[in-house]
Amino acid sequence: MDTLYALAHGFSIALTFQNLGLALIGCFLGTIIGALPGLGPSNGVAILIPLAFTLGLPAAPALILLTSVYYGAMYGGRISSILLNIPGDEPALMTTLDGYPMAKKGMAGEALALSGIASFVGAFFATWGLVFLAPQLVKVALLFGPAEYFALFALAFATLGGIASKNQAKAALAAGLGLGIAMIGVDGQTGVPRFSFGEVHLYDGIDFLVAIVGLFALSEVFIFLEHRGTTKATGDASSVKLGRLTPPLSMLKQTTPTMARSTVLGFIAGVLPGAGASLGSFIAYSVEKRLVDKNKTFGTGDPRGVAAPEAGNNAAAGGALVPMLALGVPGSGTTAVLLAMLLALNITPGPLLFTNNPDVVWGLIAALFIGNVMLLIMNIPMVSLFVRVLLVPPRYLMPAVAMISFVGIYGISGSTFDLMVMVFFGVLGWLLRKLEVPLVPVILGVLLGNQMEANMRRAMTISDGDWSALFASPLSIGLWLFAFFGFIMPIVAGRFFRTKYPRTDSELDPD
Amino acid sequence: MSDRILGGMGLLLAAFFIWQATLIKESFISDPVGPKTFPIIIGLLVGISSLVILLKPDEEPEWPDFRRLFEVGMTVAVMVAYAYALPSAGFVVSTAVAASFLSWRLGTPPLQAVIAGLVIAVGIYVVFHLILGLSLARGPWGF
Repeated sequence: MDTLYALAHGFSIALTFQNLGLALIGCFLGTIIGALPGLGPSNGVAILIPLAFTLGLPAAPALILLTSVYYGAMYGGRISSILLNIPGDEPALMTTLDGYPMAKKGMAGEALALSGIASFVGAFFATWGLVFLAPQLVKVALLFGPAEYFALFALAFATLGGIASKNQAKAALAAGLGLGIAMIGVDGQTGVPRFSFGEVHLYDGIDFLVAIVGLFALSEVFIFLEHRGTTKATGDASSVKLGRLTPPLSMLKQTTPTMARSTVLGFIAGVLPGAGASLGSFIAYSVEKRLVDKNKTFGTGDPRGVAAPEAGNNAAAGGALVPMLALGVPGSGTTAVLLAMLLALNITPGPLLFTNNPDVVWGLIAALFIGNVMLLIMNIPMVSLFVRVLLVPPRYLMPAVAMISFVGIYGISGSTFDLMVMVFFGVLGWLLRKLEVPLVPVILGVLLGNQMEANMRRAMTISDGDWSALFASPLSIGLWLFAFFGFIMPIVAGRFFRTKYPRTDSELDPD
Repeated sequence: MSDRILGGMGLLLAAFFIWQATLIKESFISDPVGPKTFPIIIGLLVGISSLVILLKPDEEPEWPDFRRLFEVGMTVAVMVAYAYALPSAGFVVSTAVAASFLSWRLGTPPLQAVIAGLVIAVGIYVVFHLILGLSLARGPWGF
């Protein structure tokens, strides 16, 4: 009952003019960001963070804006998947498999409407899951001491490397790079500078916002530059006829069990650290294919093949917010970026967030419910508006993206040095993506490195330098075991699973 | 081959990182662990994973040909120049030039690219500075 009371309080915060307006803007921008190939939830949110920050928005409104973008991108990704056979973002990849064949059969409108409804169902129930699961997780997290937190961070890196990437060694390298970058600057406990080579700008460390925008947004510009003139990422939406924008009742009836199963699977995939929306939609689609594909219609425009990944990825997006808010450990790329927003506002997520800043948490959750309804309205009756946005060619879009990234970072610090660091990270991100080194562990390392070290040293101070204290409590042993198996299992058992993961040119970062 | 180079670079980086970590000056007050240990652990992590990548490389990624690489390099140069030009030339002028260049390199015909650059620069200026009140770089002309 406490939870419902808190939620009601959240609605009183979310239902102000400013917050409703921000949710509306966020949903609208999010749908566009999701729909445009090349802009996904993680880089879209990454570009907007510095802007929200420099505009001086307080925590709750800023978070409402950005999570609306996040939810919106999950809706928007399907539009170009269905109409152009180009996933608008990584999680929408699976939607191309049945969405595009449906559009070719002249059922584009039905496919868009059905996937919109599936998205709504997934997001709606996942938000309820968030409402009830997060406070439970908080109760567990309150038992955590420094040693448990250290183990939890290790768990996040391990599962991220184990489940979500193809090569564990590369995920470990990525995590190490991120953690190493976090070490730059003055040590928080003793005050000695580390790895700053006498450069004053480095005493403060590398600003994680600069690193994120460089890695996610600028590297995308380089990718486009490299693929210029090839067929990739260009399409023609003008020839597509939308048709009717309401799915027949029989189609809804046929897909209801699919949506229900996919929502549950997607939510679970989202809650697990390391598996974001991409994995949510992938699991939902493959399970559904095994369960109900009796006449081998999947892949030829089966409505259930459209509903499954869309319900799955939207449910995963909601699920991924659970560990981010309750534990302060993001499970996916976009939630890592949202975590950066919170840290930039000096709000530490984790169990104390729910007691110290209930306004932020519950206002945000209420805003998600409201935003979800807005998104449903935007994405079914008004979908043709977004279809027109798809006609903007990348050669105009990407320069604008790059310039807005620069504006955001320059707005924070006004320093040329930070811009140079951002360009450096852009190139680094491009190289790492070419080499199939996942970027999300890098971001996670940059974000969590200092906390991870602080917790380790705090545990050591309590135990007076006895390293076995890290493995002393049953809770921490459990977390370490979970981390160990999360990292090792996919190497042993995951071979057959991973070969079926669709290969794309873009990286397999969980959005 | 690319992965072997990555692994090699990673090993060098790890060695450099650990070496630098041992040079960190200890403060006179310190906790039992001190500021060196965690960086050294990270260095070991980077080193071990690099070694694995070096010994077990994945298949070769598709690198763009030399001309494309040169273009990426040129774009980086333009971005660096942009970062330096901002404080002295002001936001609108530097952004228009940089955005025109990017748009041109992404395949827009030159004249249209210049127009696109101007539209992007002025558009951002109007939306972010005039409407949202963000402070952008001021050049000698105030914009």
